[in-house]
Amino acid sequence: MTDYSDPQYRAARLKKRYRAERRFRAYGLAAVLSAALILVFLLSSIIYSSLPAFSHHHVRLDIEVSSDYVSAEAPADGNYLGMVRAALRQQFPEVTARSDKRALYQILSIGAYDDIQKRVIADPSLIGSTMSLYVPLSDDIDLMLKGLIDRNLPESERIVSDRDLQFVDKLLSEERIRSQFAIALFTNGDSREPEMAGIRGALSGSLLTLVVTLIVSFPLGVLAAIYLEEVAPKNRFTALIEVNINNLAAVPSIVYGLLGLAVFINFFSMPRSAPLVGGLVLALMTLPTIIIATRAALSAIPPSIREAAMGVGASRFQVIMHHVLPLAMPGILTGTIIGLAQAAGETAPLLMIGMMAFIVDVPGDVTAKATVLPAQIYMWANNPERAFVARTSAGIVILLTLLLVVNATAIYFRRRFEKRW
Amino acid sequence: MSLSFLFFCLLGLGIFSFLFGRRRIRALSAASATQGIKQHSRDIYHGSFVAVCAVLVPLVALLAWTGVSPLIIDAMLEDFLRSQSPDLSVGELGVLMAKVKAYYVGSLPNSFANDLMRDGSDYFAAMVDNSAMARATIVILLSVSGAAYGLRLLAPRFTARPMVEQIFEYVMIAASAIAILTTIGIVLSLIFETIRFFDKVPFLEFLFGLSWSPQIAIREDQVGGSGTFGAIPLFAGTLMITFIAMLVAVPVGLMSAVYLSEYANPRLRGIAKPAIEILAGIPTVVYGFFAALMVAPFLRDSGAEIGLTLSSESALAAGLVMGIMIIPFISSLSDDVINAVPQTLRDGAAALGATQSETIRQVVLPAALPGIVSAILLAISRAIGETMIVVMAAGVAANLTANPFESVTTVTVQIVMLLVGDQEFDSAKTLAAFALGLVLFFITLMLNVLALYVVNRFREQYD
Repeated sequence: MTDYSDPQYRAARLKKRYRAERRFRAYGLAAVLSAALILVFLLSSIIYSSLPAFSHHHVRLDIEVSSDYVSAEAPADGNYLGMVRAALRQQFPEVTARSDKRALYQILSIGAYDDIQKRVIADPSLIGSTMSLYVPLSDDIDLMLKGLIDRNLPESERIVSDRDLQFVDKLLSEERIRSQFAIALFTNGDSREPEMAGIRGALSGSLLTLVVTLIVSFPLGVLAAIYLEEVAPKNRFTALIEVNINNLAAVPSIVYGLLGLAVFINFFSMPRSAPLVGGLVLALMTLPTIIIATRAALSAIPPSIREAAMGVGASRFQVIMHHVLPLAMPGILTGTIIGLAQAAGETAPLLMIGMMAFIVDVPGDVTAKATVLPAQIYMWANNPERAFVARTSAGIVILLTLLLVVNATAIYFRRRFEKRW
Repeated sequence: MSLSFLFFCLLGLGIFSFLFGRRRIRALSAASATQGIKQHSRDIYHGSFVAVCAVLVPLVALLAWTGVSPLIIDAMLEDFLRSQSPDLSVGELGVLMAKVKAYYVGSLPNSFANDLMRDGSDYFAAMVDNSAMARATIVILLSVSGAAYGLRLLAPRFTARPMVEQIFEYVMIAASAIAILTTIGIVLSLIFETIRFFDKVPFLEFLFGLSWSPQIAIREDQVGGSGTFGAIPLFAGTLMITFIAMLVAVPVGLMSAVYLSEYANPRLRGIAKPAIEILAGIPTVVYGFFAALMVAPFLRDSGAEIGLTLSSESALAAGLVMGIMIIPFISSLSDDVINAVPQTLRDGAAALGATQSETIRQVVLPAALPGIVSAILLAISRAIGETMIVVMAAGVAANLTANPFESVTTVTVQIVMLLVGDQEFDSAKTLAAFALGLVLFFITLMLNVLALYVVNRFREQYD
């Protein structure tokens, strides 16, 4: 039997209870801090590993645009690769053997001739002149120059051979190599070569897909929400619709992918990998989000507004169109933007309908083959080449930045236009 | 004419009809105003009425044509191919049709095609062109004649407003019905393919079989070509990863919700809540990358330090990162529930001399329990359906193991693996993905219903 009147016992027990209080509080703080730490660690590690992708080492070559390689009549058919390689050979007059030459060419990127090709096609009068241009080095050399491949390892353990090192060291001593901003990351489509791979194709694919999503889901979602919130009688049909919407909001996204595959592609024979199908699938996925957000925004409008409008003779639809909807618009737009941001980051259902094909071109139409930014990230992540790790992280940083901007816009909208009644 | 161009044409016609209708009713009313006839509806409704006449029917026709014409073109192509070479079997015909279409879109190189395929492709291309032309003609004709019909009806006493409102209501009902149609679409598409799957693989073998290796031989004589479809290893793997995720997410999510709603000052709350919301907004492919390229190697290396052998695709890495993804989900749902507990309960406990943590543990949390349980159930459903993290960080091979350091696979991983890449639609391999999808749909649906039931059944009404 515990003696509660014993002061010593009471003091001890109180102490124990206060200790428990402090412990509990510490657990809570630890939970919050660990969540915050994880966020910081996740973001900083991804940003850190993305940094190498934003710059690339280029070598300055004096390229002689001679008529041996390109004719003024058909500048598009010129042998620009040969032209660039000849310019590189000039730097190394001592290299004559075939195998040495081939090794020498390896230090350049496959896309080294892109720039000169574009310039000459744009302006054929350049033929005959000599241009001093910076052309990209290969990804392995670039990684070594960035210190990500240790050049002190024995030759058998690193990708860059001793011979390549000699070439690069000579160019370095002549101060021909410099690091510049990797513009290719933003202007190019996908590529098998990490230094030439860019997000432009995926970005426009994402944009086309989201336009389809917006055109389909916004009107449908808002109309459905107005009906359910303002017009619908309370009967079994509307109850069924509400149950359905709540369940659809919780269906795993991959199931929507299966739906898209079975219905849009196999039944209606729509094209695979097209933004049209991707947009439709994402629209079905976003619909519950938009409906729920719109209903919340509509129900936040006080009944007095409706009654006042009715009192001066507005019809039920005039009340909605002239008063309730405009007042609820900030909330509706915020919900729509947040739903679209979710859709923009979605990958799994798009894998099902083939939006992860290797596509170099920038898609121009909603029925063209395309990929989206998250799927591009997924494909790069699966690439074994080391330089793709940085490329993937850079893609993620760009995606997160876009989503952050979009969500911040949504929050700004809400803050700016939200009214408290 | 491409679909998007036609769509914007229709939109333009709609706007034009609106403006034209509005002009016309102004002219008509001005003419009849002298006779003392008052206009029934405002101009805008007359304009809207004409626009609706110009857009609604053609839009339905456009969608219907786009939906149905591929089926008709397929049937016509089949007839054409059959007339060209009458002795094809049904299976050969199907393969030929697929090749013709592949040649048509350019994914089948010229050297692989024979004359029949080229002819078929030409025929197919002609039919597709014809269909697009016919679609454009019909849609534009319908739109113009609809607008003309609408314009003819316009008169000052024409009741445009009730008409437009009635049509608007029907359109809204149709929009709401999309939710039902989507559910029906999901259920039907999953069920049909699943029934076809169970024609090939016995139901009980799928549900209780212990071995999963869906690779089916392309040639009959290949070894191990039959493929086994026992889904137990997938269910076990899914459960293990979900369990690990919950071990991370429930304590961290719940405790941070408690701390933020009960202890934190407004400033910390103002910083920490958005930070946790940011975790919720990160796309899952990012978590997948994080798991596969950062957490998994880290776990493997630190495991090796203390003498543990971890697979580089261990269930642990995928589960931990999935737990991180779920944290904001649990914390924001629990936060709502905890805030809904009335302040009077806390005050009462404090008046009895309870410390704050005693109040939380013995009063607030029990009162919020139904909501918290339902949040956890929803989180489990989310974890089971999560795809990208496990696709990138968990394994592909179906191991039946209870060791979290080994690689396991999940239902969602297998769906992706079975469907990504080239597929023929009749093989058990492809159909298995739909059976797995149905299981996934069913389980998540049950969890959601259960979550709803828990809240409704056990919630205390305090007001």
